[in-house]
Amino acid sequence: MTFKLPELPYAYDALQPYMSAETLQFHHDKHHQAYVDNGNKLIVGSGLEGKSIEDICVAAFAGKNAGLVNNIGQHYNHTHFWNWMKPNGGGKTLPGRLERLTDEYGGFDKMRADFLNAGATQFGSGWAWLAIRDGKLEVTKTPNGENPLMHGSQPILGVDVWEHSYYIDYRNARPKYLEAWFDHLVNWEYVDQMMG
Amino acid sequence: MLALDRRMFVRSVGAVAVLGLAAGRLSGDVAAQAAPVKGPFTLPPLPYDPAALEPHIDATTMGLHHGKHHAAYVNNLNAAIADKPEISSLPLEVLLAKLKDVPESVRTTVRNNAGGHANHSMFWQIMGKPGGPGPEGDLKAALDRDFSSLATLQEQFNTMGGKVFGSGWVFVTVDKGGNLALEARPNQDTPLMDGKRVLIGNDVWEHAYYLKYQNKRADYLKAWWSVVNWTAVGDRYAAATSGKLAI
Ligand SMILES: [Fe+2]
Ligand SMILES: [Fe+2]
Repeated sequence: MTFKLPELPYAYDALQPYMSAETLQFHHDKHHQAYVDNGNKLIVGSGLEGKSIEDICVAAFAGKNAGLVNNIGQHYNHTHFWNWMKPNGGGKTLPGRLERLTDEYGGFDKMRADFLNAGATQFGSGWAWLAIRDGKLEVTKTPNGENPLMHGSQPILGVDVWEHSYYIDYRNARPKYLEAWFDHLVNWEYVDQMMG
Repeated sequence: MLALDRRMFVRSVGAVAVLGLAAGRLSGDVAAQAAPVKGPFTLPPLPYDPAALEPHIDATTMGLHHGKHHAAYVNNLNAAIADKPEISSLPLEVLLAKLKDVPESVRTTVRNNAGGHANHSMFWQIMGKPGGPGPEGDLKAALDRDFSSLATLQEQFNTMGGKVFGSGWVFVTVDKGGNLALEARPNQDTPLMDGKRVLIGNDVWEHAYYLKYQNKRADYLKAWWSVVNWTAVGDRYAAATSGKLAI
């Protein structure tokens, strides 16, 4: 079985003005496609052929297979990233289960601030995350293609802070991208689905 | 400005920069005209107009890269060491070679931002208007000896730059004997962290090329050689072999 590039769940221009059609075209059609192509090549002979993408993420990280961590990791990350966004997303209304976890964490404003801070302080390319560990919400960040699966927690929301995610639209202003993304694009229903 | 005048200007700025580096302070002399920044380290001015590297690197990218990205590394570095006189007085290359002695509370911040300051200061210096002369003299002899030809070096350098996953740099290092070697580093790490010296390096963070090349890093790596200022690189080679190259 080889991995395939999933279709974007909306039109390229659906997330404007917060994320441009140009950004989505390059990000989905070129960057994500390259991760899929490279990942498929690197799986051959790795002993992980036919495993689920989640299992490959965990096994590749444990086995220090940097090529697979990055390319299959990025395939996993981007596949969910497209779904973690939607037109007219964002807002403070969380699905019930997540609202309870967020209250335990310290409330929406604290969760939002910590998430944005994780994204702003991830030095170089990487991701910021909301994840579930031992039934509790955690905010975390990872470099390059890594994700929380590789570090023992279940990702439920992730934002791409590679410069290719925002450079066309926001240039060096990563914090502005993060705020716009969180406040206007997040698809909280999909976050709820990721909780299983 | 006539082309010849421009080249003389770039060359003299390059020479001043090497002298400044020899004294161990890129901040100070060389950066005297830079916008005032509080702290021991300052943003060196670009030694040419931001449009000078067109069409290979666009003026918008250069303006952001120097005025926003590099400036942020300088400011973050100064902020991190503001209340630490025992390290804020160190020359940049010494600070980078002694990261393990930097207090743990600021070590990662210093690593990233001092690295970013050193890498970008070198980067501006080794570029210039396209169409200048190629490598000459001792530098050319060293390139031919260690890589068999400039073309072979370029091919190996571009391959290594293409393989950096995420943000990072690809470098040619030079030792006191004049021996050259290739290496890649992640994020803003630099061979200076191992006490080595850098002859040249290319920035493969996406901010270095995304506005013009987008996902096509290989095209950027190839085009970049058109803006390498071999006269400045020759000056760096001479400084390195006489033990005077700092960053
Ligand atoms: Fe991405
Ligand atoms: Fe840079």
